[in-house]
Amino acid sequence: MSKVLMKGNEALGEAAIRAGCVHFFGYPITPQTEIPEYLCKRLPEVGGVFVQAESEVAAIHMVYGAAGAGVKCMTSSSSPGISLMAEGMSYIAACELPCVVINMMRAGPGLGGILPAQSDYFQATRGHGHGDYQCLVLAPASVQEAVDLMTLAFDLAEKYRNPVMVCADGMIGQMMEPVEFRAEGRGPAMAENDWALTGCEGRPRRIVNSLHLAPEKNFAQNVRLKEKYDRAARDEVRFEVYGDERPDLLLVAFGTMARICKSAIDDARREGRRVGLFRPITLNPWPYAPCRAIMDAMPEGAKVLDVEMSMGQMVYDVKLAAEGSRKIEFYGLAGGLVPSPDQVAERIRALLP
Amino acid sequence: MKATSVLMAGFGGQGMLLAGKALAQAAMAEGLQVSWLPSYGPEMRGGTANVIVCVSKDPIASPLVSRPDALLAMNLPSLDRFEASVAPGGTIVVNATLVARACARDDCRVVRVDARALAQAAGSERAANFVMLGAYVGATALLPTRAAETAIADEFRDGRERHIAANVLAFRAGVEAGSANEVQA
Repeated sequence: MSKVLMKGNEALGEAAIRAGCVHFFGYPITPQTEIPEYLCKRLPEVGGVFVQAESEVAAIHMVYGAAGAGVKCMTSSSSPGISLMAEGMSYIAACELPCVVINMMRAGPGLGGILPAQSDYFQATRGHGHGDYQCLVLAPASVQEAVDLMTLAFDLAEKYRNPVMVCADGMIGQMMEPVEFRAEGRGPAMAENDWALTGCEGRPRRIVNSLHLAPEKNFAQNVRLKEKYDRAARDEVRFEVYGDERPDLLLVAFGTMARICKSAIDDARREGRRVGLFRPITLNPWPYAPCRAIMDAMPEGAKVLDVEMSMGQMVYDVKLAAEGSRKIEFYGLAGGLVPSPDQVAERIRALLP
Repeated sequence: MKATSVLMAGFGGQGMLLAGKALAQAAMAEGLQVSWLPSYGPEMRGGTANVIVCVSKDPIASPLVSRPDALLAMNLPSLDRFEASVAPGGTIVVNATLVARACARDDCRVVRVDARALAQAAGSERAANFVMLGAYVGATALLPTRAAETAIADEFRDGRERHIAANVLAFRAGVEAGSANEVQA
């Protein structure tokens, strides 16, 4: 298939359809509004359903209902809107229903600003809503990767019966890059299963419910969810390694920030410095072991620098990966400011004089 | 070709984002890697807008660029803001219609074009954005002009085909001005 030049948000919308999603519920917010805008035109063309809900709270609960009925469904929003969805996400995870949520992150906290940020990292990777649940979280660094990860997101959602979040910064949404859709047309529907509420005539009733007043029953649910997240941690970690394999300085970054780091690393390597990049693609499960393996192979005295568009959130996962074996440096800008390649290169030179 | 980044800036409504998209489309059609990263924010008509287009044979690392290889400045605020950031040896295309002052860089190639006059002569004052793109392509030979003309025409294939001729002619006028390499005195 040939490549087309597309804005990230629109490409994500098309990718959802190619992945088989034909039910979208959402509410507009910059910088992701082109996703619902695109889907409200495209979904009726493929026999799908588009609903602009009255709020993000309503949208996520419409997703809850559609997922319970066993259809591939999704919503998308940006930071403040994702906060509003926290309650529904917890219920969807508790009921073990599959869905995809896109967070095109903007600057916060509060209403913040509409410029790109990565400040929802804690929110995305640490449960988001209440209770012992997790989202699986995917972080694309290009429009093409965003498209490819949408297919993976729907597959993982169905495989693990759990919400999957595609977490990108506003730049991915607003940027145009060439993309190739690897699948043609509308993707496959949800596979036959034993949990969806499809009408019980001729079969035993199924119940979707998250209320378990007996603590033993609730605990059993907690344990089942935990086993699921452990399984995902074993089988689903994804990451990219770039630059020197045994670097004197390892940068860790995700999303667009990782690409900015690549340019800075290219500069530093041209100057003779040995620098590498570790880029988690799954933010949850986080690729602790592969990151640690690189740290362990680095020369003695080698350094690690975590770079984010936040005040320092993923840096705690890098520290967990290091388990105290190395000091982890941090550099970040937030509020809608994005560290430039030159600013990152300056940090690299300061750490590797 | 060498990897190239172009910062295109002007007032909102002057069409620099659209001209950038045509550049990206043309480069993609030539088999190159491209990225098109707009400034986005609480913008309004008459405010400033800019886009960074990266073109490369290899995958593009950062779509955000600290030192662009070229600046296309459609108005004075764009020149004031971005002139210093252009990489040494780069190209600066200035819209002489709106920018009276000389460019302060003596280590860059500076091309001044009267974008409005050339666009008017081509048939539409609103095509000044493509005069600027033409001047850049003419000055650098970054892409075959044919590829850019096709990309420009494709922007109007949605019921607005009557605008194709003027916009392509404006681009050609820009190419001519750019390749004449009217370096600032």
